[in-house]
Amino acid sequence: MAEIIDKITTVRRIGEIYADNLAKIGEGMSETVNNARQPAFRAFQRMGIPGFKNENYKYTDLTRLFENENFRRSFEPDQFEVSLKDVFSCDVPEFDTHLILVVNGWFDDSNNQGKSYPEGVIIKSLRKAVIENRDLVEKYYGKLANAESDPLTALNTVFAQDGVFIYIPDNTHITKPLQLINILRSEDDLYVTQRNLIIAGKNTQAKIMFCDHTLLPQNFIVNNLTEFEIGEDAVIDIYSIQNQHNKTANLTGLYIRQQRNSQLVTNAISLHGGIIRNNLSVLLDGEHAEAKICGLALSDKNQHVDNYTFIEHHKPKCRSNQLYKNILDDSSTGGFTGRIHVAPHAIKTEAYQRNNNVLLTNAAKMNTKPQLVIDNDDVKCSHGATVGRIDEEALFYLQTRGINEKEARLMLMFAFAHEVLAEVKVDQLRVMIDKLVNKRLRGEVSKCHSCAMDCIR
Amino acid sequence: MLVIKDLYAKVEGKDILKGINLTVNAGEIHAIMGPNGSGKSTLANVLVGNTNFEVTHGSVTFNGKDLLAMSADVRAKEGLFLSFQYPVEIPGVSMVNFLKTAVNEHRKYRDQPPLSAGDFLKLMREKKAMVQIDSQLTNRSVNEGFSGGEKKKNEIFQMAMLEPTLAILDETDSGLDIDALRIVSNGVNLLKTPNNATILVTHYQRLLDYIVPDFIHVLYEGRIVKSAGKELALELEEKGYDWIKKELGE
Repeated sequence: MAEIIDKITTVRRIGEIYADNLAKIGEGMSETVNNARQPAFRAFQRMGIPGFKNENYKYTDLTRLFENENFRRSFEPDQFEVSLKDVFSCDVPEFDTHLILVVNGWFDDSNNQGKSYPEGVIIKSLRKAVIENRDLVEKYYGKLANAESDPLTALNTVFAQDGVFIYIPDNTHITKPLQLINILRSEDDLYVTQRNLIIAGKNTQAKIMFCDHTLLPQNFIVNNLTEFEIGEDAVIDIYSIQNQHNKTANLTGLYIRQQRNSQLVTNAISLHGGIIRNNLSVLLDGEHAEAKICGLALSDKNQHVDNYTFIEHHKPKCRSNQLYKNILDDSSTGGFTGRIHVAPHAIKTEAYQRNNNVLLTNAAKMNTKPQLVIDNDDVKCSHGATVGRIDEEALFYLQTRGINEKEARLMLMFAFAHEVLAEVKVDQLRVMIDKLVNKRLRGEVSKCHSCAMDCIR
Repeated sequence: MLVIKDLYAKVEGKDILKGINLTVNAGEIHAIMGPNGSGKSTLANVLVGNTNFEVTHGSVTFNGKDLLAMSADVRAKEGLFLSFQYPVEIPGVSMVNFLKTAVNEHRKYRDQPPLSAGDFLKLMREKKAMVQIDSQLTNRSVNEGFSGGEKKKNEIFQMAMLEPTLAILDETDSGLDIDALRIVSNGVNLLKTPNNATILVTHYQRLLDYIVPDFIHVLYEGRIVKSAGKELALELEEKGYDWIKKELGE
């Protein structure tokens, strides 16, 4: 009973925050965005804070997190005295990217001045785009992220004020990776909402990296949602490096629609973070679309990492392939749910899924659940999940060759992780991520070596 | 080089070794033979430091040092090597990375600087040619998808890379066809010097046609019950182990 009351109070409190700040939240935004808020709030009220009772959040109960927070919401961008460019520099040698900075969910415009992108490419704050690129935003905003079916999506839609807007016109190839750096920086505990909209036209090519960081040791909750439209024949890679301190709850939603013949790679590398919940939804909405979906999570202490994927095979002859791995140390916990739906008319579908996990201690815990719903019989589908330990026999073998136990363990963990890292197609990026993962496994601070930012402590 | 005195060991509470005495000097090749379950593999595993086996009594010194006090990796760096009966597959660990780490760990132990990438590859090429291992195998993960014969060749290749002073070959001949057996034996013979020693653990006399031992020991129920020269192998091949059992009055 007490629990129910708490839940109601939490929802009511969030409702009050919304009501009290309605004017500020909606200011400067278009009707499309603002009109979505009220229905989304009603959906949120109906679903409540996601917790064990919600089948989709079985492995990640967020009720306590929301009950206990009384974090500041920033309804307008914080003013920083120091230029973020001075604080943050990710100059991995020879790793040349288009840098996009987002601070506490707000697009950092100062960083975007004088940037040159290929012709027709638009990269700007969502706030600006809703006015300046009204047609595009109206066409795509809220179309993939359905507030009615997920409470975090609903909450995001209620509070969305800014984020990144990217438009890549047809036949445009962006060779340099786009590096989107999300920074959390606040003197007090902060709740952040970020909303991104990315539209990649026909026959486009781009590689997009999301890097999630914390700059100050406060408590953070981040609700970061991205809608991503991928046009015909497009080739898109999305990499995500989650590297926030353990007082952060990083709740992400990535909604993708793929048109015919498009190719997608997503790879989510979770290095640090208190609670990480990644919702990933891929709608294969054109024949011969292909998606390779990967994730690697390294957790220790009391960390919790939960990946929830939903792959919708909506058209014939598409292929999806999922590979998720977790290495769990100390009393960390993890979850993986892989939902696949093959529509009745989506014949010749190929859908594969694998989730492998290594527990390093008795206290670590992993929950894994495949959910395949296949509505026609002309498909190739497979799924497999394992939860195991470091192979003692392999460990001994390495030791008999003169490799000490600690190093041998690291070699085996790295070998386990490497299968996911091998899916990173950008060489320099793969080398960088390899290094980060290696450092992380060694228990060293896993920041990019020349980065001025200490994102762990 | 190796002195085993009154060694007792058990696994999962069961006594397997019951008082082994054995001395191996530099330049010697010893063969340990015996029926199934006599403790041959246990002896090999105890010597290289497999913690699944518990030593309950006795001592082992290796070049004057207490072997049993060392961890498995230190034993290796002191010059001990085991060619496994069933080498384990390690997906994701590349042969190159594995060997480079192993070789450099050995070098570090001897206060030598790590090999440069170039020198390492050169060393690997030389040793590969020496033991006639297929060059493609070293581009793969350790033993992953290797055939039985390839795994055994890979063991000998590793031995060539690490140059142990004492190599224990556990049933190296099992699962080998005659060509592979010749290649593996040839490798072992090439690696032989007056300064190192070899212990062959085997069921059959077959291997001893290729690698000729100086001494043959028969292990039976956890003890060495007979030691003789290489002619003993032929006698065993002819008469089987029952003959020994009879001699022991069983």
